[in-house]
Amino acid sequence: MSRMRTIEMALGTSGVDSRGNPLRAPLVAQGDRAIAVDTPPLAFEPELDADHMLINIGPQHPATHGVLRLVLELDGETVVRCIPHIGYLHCGFEKIGEYRQYNQIIPWTDREDYLNSPGNNVAFVLGAERLFGVGMTDRCKVLRVILMELSRIMSHVVWLGTTSVDIGAFTPFLWLYQERENIYNLLEGWVGARLTTTATRVGGMAADIPDGWLDGLKAFIKGFPKTLEESVGMLETNAIWAGRTVGLGAISAADAVNAGLSGPMVRASGVAYDVRKDFPYLDYETYDFDVPVGSQGDVYDRFLVRVEEMRQSIRILEQAVRRLPGGPVNIDDPRIILPPKHKATSDMESMIHHFKLVMEGPRPPAGECYVPVESPKGEKGYYFVSDGTAKPVRWRIRPPSFVNLSAIPKMVEGHLLSDVIAINASIDIVMGEIDR
Amino acid sequence: MTAPSDATALAPILSAAVAEDSNGSPITPGLIAHRGGPVNGTADTLAVQFGEAVLRTEVVWGETTVYLRADMLHAAVRWLHDTPSERYDYLVDITAVEYRDADRPLEVVWHLRALQRRRFLRLKVELVKRQPLVVDSIIDIYSGADWLERECYDMFGIRFDGHPDLRRILMWDTYREGFPLRKDFPLRGRFSRAEQLKQALAADPEARYSVNELSIAEAFDSLPEDMKRRIAARDETARDNAAAEFDA
Repeated sequence: MSRMRTIEMALGTSGVDSRGNPLRAPLVAQGDRAIAVDTPPLAFEPELDADHMLINIGPQHPATHGVLRLVLELDGETVVRCIPHIGYLHCGFEKIGEYRQYNQIIPWTDREDYLNSPGNNVAFVLGAERLFGVGMTDRCKVLRVILMELSRIMSHVVWLGTTSVDIGAFTPFLWLYQERENIYNLLEGWVGARLTTTATRVGGMAADIPDGWLDGLKAFIKGFPKTLEESVGMLETNAIWAGRTVGLGAISAADAVNAGLSGPMVRASGVAYDVRKDFPYLDYETYDFDVPVGSQGDVYDRFLVRVEEMRQSIRILEQAVRRLPGGPVNIDDPRIILPPKHKATSDMESMIHHFKLVMEGPRPPAGECYVPVESPKGEKGYYFVSDGTAKPVRWRIRPPSFVNLSAIPKMVEGHLLSDVIAINASIDIVMGEIDR
Repeated sequence: MTAPSDATALAPILSAAVAEDSNGSPITPGLIAHRGGPVNGTADTLAVQFGEAVLRTEVVWGETTVYLRADMLHAAVRWLHDTPSERYDYLVDITAVEYRDADRPLEVVWHLRALQRRRFLRLKVELVKRQPLVVDSIIDIYSGADWLERECYDMFGIRFDGHPDLRRILMWDTYREGFPLRKDFPLRGRFSRAEQLKQALAADPEARYSVNELSIAEAFDSLPEDMKRRIAARDETARDNAAAEFDA
């Protein structure tokens, strides 16, 4: 594998001629390897045994997508061993959550997987609502689906853009970030924030969508597929892209399941596990969409799976826009939902509810629950334990990137140093979520 | 990474290949009863298989929790994983819970999932405080348990017996303040701000590699003597601290 990739090795020369000019040898495919035209067959394998080299990538490295540090043992250019180090971004979110009321924790979920803030907001309140034993209104349900899918597109767009930069293509990055900007503008029009949305509340949403917002969404649904297909068209059949992704970091279905991988990582290996289909929430079973599955489990399959997921998300968004019902977004439960401001200042009972909700916070019954959702990175779940007080005893994030990243030593061993970057990018890690 | 045993050899789950005893086509659950409700059938088969090692079973918000005796945990997980009628092939999460009531035991929580049968099961082991907090590692059954167990050790100080590389993962190796998610650990940390700052300033920039990592490149032997001493001493300190925290 390593020998095929290097012209010098294929030629058995140092890559320069006697005058020091680089050799220009067009490569041709012969069987499964590329060789230079008119190359005499190698009489012997060049002896390149030497001491293994220790190399450090990160934590401050643009291609590690955050503050990840990998210590690699190299034999020549081949990775023999990989020792990941994480924790540089650890903020103790779970500890802080034990000192906050439920609605006060939602801003922390923005900052954890920060490319998927609205999706985390929804995931959090789905768990909290199970713990409180309350439901949600029909309008709220569809609005949350819209948030989840916008957020999935947002995350995958950043993934595709940054990964293409890592591998050497800059153009898709610019096109895709423009689309991400459009989503941010939509979110800004809805909740006022772009990155840290805090869009949901236990029992409802921070706000209903403003007038005319759906027109913006429809324009996005109409315009995005064009940009997506253009960007994908640049990469999908591109020889450089394929050469740097096909066959890299492959992991079998059985290994992927055993390692607890989820999301596009496990689906690229051929396991059609999608929380939206297998443990549905928000009525996902009533939407018509497909779960893309890969066959090789390599970086290229992960790319194809994520691209197809974006197309499917657009399908879900179209259906959600069509079915969005009218009515309130918040449930009618004064124990959980704040009264409107004009009532809190004019109506005695509402003022008491307002005071108690703000000062003491809503109290779930003692109990525990784990509610998973399909985040762009994989299965994300929030595990709550309550002892009947207004603050959780334990708030646990099941971080999909954390578990996905833990399989990286197995995926990079035996590949080239430059492939480590591509494999690491294919996992789609967000260090905010891994370190929490 | 350990290779999964043959019992897990897994055909790709495509929509048609879902096991017959799965929930059919699943739907979004409506409002769920707080206590009671349907029990995951595995709880009963576990009780039959392991007898009194199954301490009790609870159903809260529709999720079944089985409390196990600590010494039988590994055998139970192995059985759940390997038995063809159970096939809990997916480890979702390992974590722990400490209650605000100081007398309640600490709970270690395993979330397991049978992908093809679409079942979810929570296992719990209660560990009495002021005794060594030790449970068996299940890394030989699920390779994904590696980092999850390390995080649980890092945050709660629970040792996983049989884990080959139980180091801190989110905090750094020489972290001395204890285990952050324990209830007796104050939100601002155990040391004063001044002490925390002092330790940060005194951090050894050479300590970015462990002796183990330097030995990869045989770089450790070629270091100057004084640097060798400092790095080796740092690794010793990390080990001693970890041991001291368990004894405390």
